[in-house]
Amino acid sequence: MSNTMKTMTVAASVAAALGAMAAAPAHAQAKEKCYGVSLAGENDCAAGPGTTCAGTSTVNYQGNAWTLVDKGTCTDMKLPAMADGTPRHGSLDALDRDLPKDA
Amino acid sequence: MGVSQASFSAALFDPAMAAPSGLVSGPEGRRFNVYRNNVVVSLTEALKTGFPVIARLLGDENIDGLARLYLRTHPPTTPVMQRFGDTFPDFLASLDQLDHLGYLPDVARLELALRRAYHAADAAAVDPAQLAEIPPEKLANVTVTLAPAVQILRSDWPIHAIWAYNTQPDAPTPQPGAQDVLVTRPGFDPVPDLLPAGGAAFFAALQGGAPIGTALEAIGTPDFDLTRALTLALQGGAFTAISLTE
Repeated sequence: MSNTMKTMTVAASVAAALGAMAAAPAHAQAKEKCYGVSLAGENDCAAGPGTTCAGTSTVNYQGNAWTLVDKGTCTDMKLPAMADGTPRHGSLDALDRDLPKDA
Repeated sequence: MGVSQASFSAALFDPAMAAPSGLVSGPEGRRFNVYRNNVVVSLTEALKTGFPVIARLLGDENIDGLARLYLRTHPPTTPVMQRFGDTFPDFLASLDQLDHLGYLPDVARLELALRRAYHAADAAAVDPAQLAEIPPEKLANVTVTLAPAVQILRSDWPIHAIWAYNTQPDAPTPQPGAQDVLVTRPGFDPVPDLLPAGGAAFFAALQGGAPIGTALEAIGTPDFDLTRALTLALQGGAFTAISLTE
């Protein structure tokens, strides 16, 4: 890109951006605060399904539970495994690791 | 008899361990178990609050199981709860089970960027009129200072579309493709904007101190939509200072 071109491109873009600003000032501030996790850090005794359940469960991570992944929205989207569309290994098959010891 | 902090915290994050000896803990360590549960539940909630889109993508049961694994392998390293989860995107990338959802780590990075923007220092944005005062032929030599809240993301995945699909009603289903995102905080709330292709490289160059003209050349995207990029930056209050280099 020649210097003249560059200068013109930048000048035109800044002018257009300033014009856009004049037309539609800043982002509207209509939303309420929704990020930040301080609240969740409270030592809240009422949280959780029972008083000792989550803390004393020895089952960390059930490999076979990942068939439940369709409970979320991730499978609604049908995105290929690779962003460019190339198929990739991996499936929703149950895995045989991290199962509960007494199962 | 005392209890060491090390043994106490080790037992907190390992449910197989007995309650530390030396506690007045009632029968079979039951009181300790209640506390242990509160820690796990609170950190799980903190993670879900910090990564609501990941939680929605995976579903309740999965995020709970995943959070438990994460918090036990990556317990908080600071008492500041707003930093809990800094390593969550890399953690997601490390799990074989999630290989087929390749976009998850980058979506988590976007959520982390929004949180960082939220907690970043305040800074007054430059008045756009300052740009208007600079002679047009010198605008290519302008350097800018980015606000502390500004976050720049580049992904091979449509992270902005995935984020929108899971946070806004009526957002379209994401389509495959790379997306760059600029997070600004024009007031109190972070705003993630989809950048034109090449946008992340452009703002990274600006952040590195390159003048606008140099940054434009450096990214090597011939049809880069500079107007759109600058408009988003100005609307989001991304620039806190501009200066003219000769």
